[in-house]
Amino acid sequence: MSAFGKQPNPQLNSHGELQHLLTIEGLPREMLLRILDTAAPFSEVAEREVKKVPLLRGKSVFNLFFENSTRTRTTFEIAAKRLSADVINLNISTSSANKGETLLDTADNLAAMQADMFVVRHASSGAPHLLAQHLAATGRDHIHVVNAGDGRHAHPTQGLLDMYTIRHYKADFSQLTVAIVGDVLHSRVARSQIHALTTLGVPEVRVIAPKTLLPTGIERLGVRVFNDMREGLRGVDVVMMLRLQNERMQGALLPSTQEYFKSYGLTPEKLSLAKPDAIVMHPGPMNRGVEIDSAVADGGQAVILPQVTFGIAVRMAVMAMLAGN
Amino acid sequence: MPMATQMPTHLPDAEALCAALADAMRPHVDPAATALVGIHTGGVWVAARLHAALGLKIPPGSIDVSFYRDDFNQRGLHANAKTSQIPFDVEGAHIVIVDDVLHTGRTIRAAMNELFDYGRPARIDLAVLTDRGDRELPIAPTFCPHSLSLPAAQILALERADDGGLSFRLIEK
Repeated sequence: MSAFGKQPNPQLNSHGELQHLLTIEGLPREMLLRILDTAAPFSEVAEREVKKVPLLRGKSVFNLFFENSTRTRTTFEIAAKRLSADVINLNISTSSANKGETLLDTADNLAAMQADMFVVRHASSGAPHLLAQHLAATGRDHIHVVNAGDGRHAHPTQGLLDMYTIRHYKADFSQLTVAIVGDVLHSRVARSQIHALTTLGVPEVRVIAPKTLLPTGIERLGVRVFNDMREGLRGVDVVMMLRLQNERMQGALLPSTQEYFKSYGLTPEKLSLAKPDAIVMHPGPMNRGVEIDSAVADGGQAVILPQVTFGIAVRMAVMAMLAGN
Repeated sequence: MPMATQMPTHLPDAEALCAALADAMRPHVDPAATALVGIHTGGVWVAARLHAALGLKIPPGSIDVSFYRDDFNQRGLHANAKTSQIPFDVEGAHIVIVDDVLHTGRTIRAAMNELFDYGRPARIDLAVLTDRGDRELPIAPTFCPHSLSLPAAQILALERADDGGLSFRLIEK
């Protein structure tokens, strides 16, 4: 039996408020909009002489990264610090996990150090969910869990910052055509993006990828599938590139990076098929010359660096909302 | 849900108070150097009125104290937090914080805390349309043309009509 008992959505508390952020899937539209609305005033904090607000003063946020990450960990750290929290970074690949300590044992020990929030990155899908369940089952559900990327499952704050970025440049979700391009099969980012886009009412979400990099049944998430990039980019407002993980090359899913770039790399020529004011996004880190041409990555339509900046405000909004619930 | 009650006859005239507040401030402000900061939402409307009436040159700022409230741990984050905008350099400035109703003083404390994160003002004054008393902090208005006493269960709220006219309304908690 689930430790969450009667609650249909383990992310929400008994008042329907956000208790943890584990996945975008299943969150109501109003909740996503509230997070995006709340992020806007937080982005102004970065313009001040003192880039800090006192909301999480005295709270301890533990960044538990069982998998490497620079950008996500850093932006979570900055976000927590700008909320005045004490931040403790644990790179578990260099710590107790090597000595055989489990995720839950690690969390128990940190809970005993009066943790208020865990930000978790883990190679296994469902690890943050397991942790939230464990905290509920052991009567410690005052500790909040934020999923910072789990396996192939979800990366909800990336999905949210992408929505914030789209809203910043395009305003109205209900008029947009959005294309997600690349390694959808292995991408937790793509899953979070698809759930967010469909929940927010984007009428046409396309995924563009070779058949070997598409999960079976992806159409059921409400997307149109294209194997031909040129066809898929025609008339889109937003191009969301995915990172091609180099290790995938070894699994015989792709012939070579050169071949991949030829078919699925975003070049100025392919981008010209999208709307003239289309924006180009990438969650980073980019493989230049593999999934994206430098001329596009550094070009006028790219909003890749603003995504990073917006990510801090969105993570501040999420952590502040959780800590207040 | 809060419920509107019938407007008692003793509710002050918000428009008249705006004019009276501007008159009280006029001898004490320097149109070239004094800056107003309105507190969301009512204070922003009043600050706009004062800015025009006093002919101030510096554009008025606005502050939403949601990130500085002292009841965050009890109540969580306010659902409709607005973006604070301070379009002038706070360092060394003469600032008048503007709000509609002064009550416990906690909002004013939060607003002052927030302002100091933009810089160190030379001086801060406080202008409000009315003071309903029941202070919980040692804070007093510099300019205040009116005061009244209300039961704790009532909220005195400033409203703005479509034509821009300001009026007070009583809301039961």
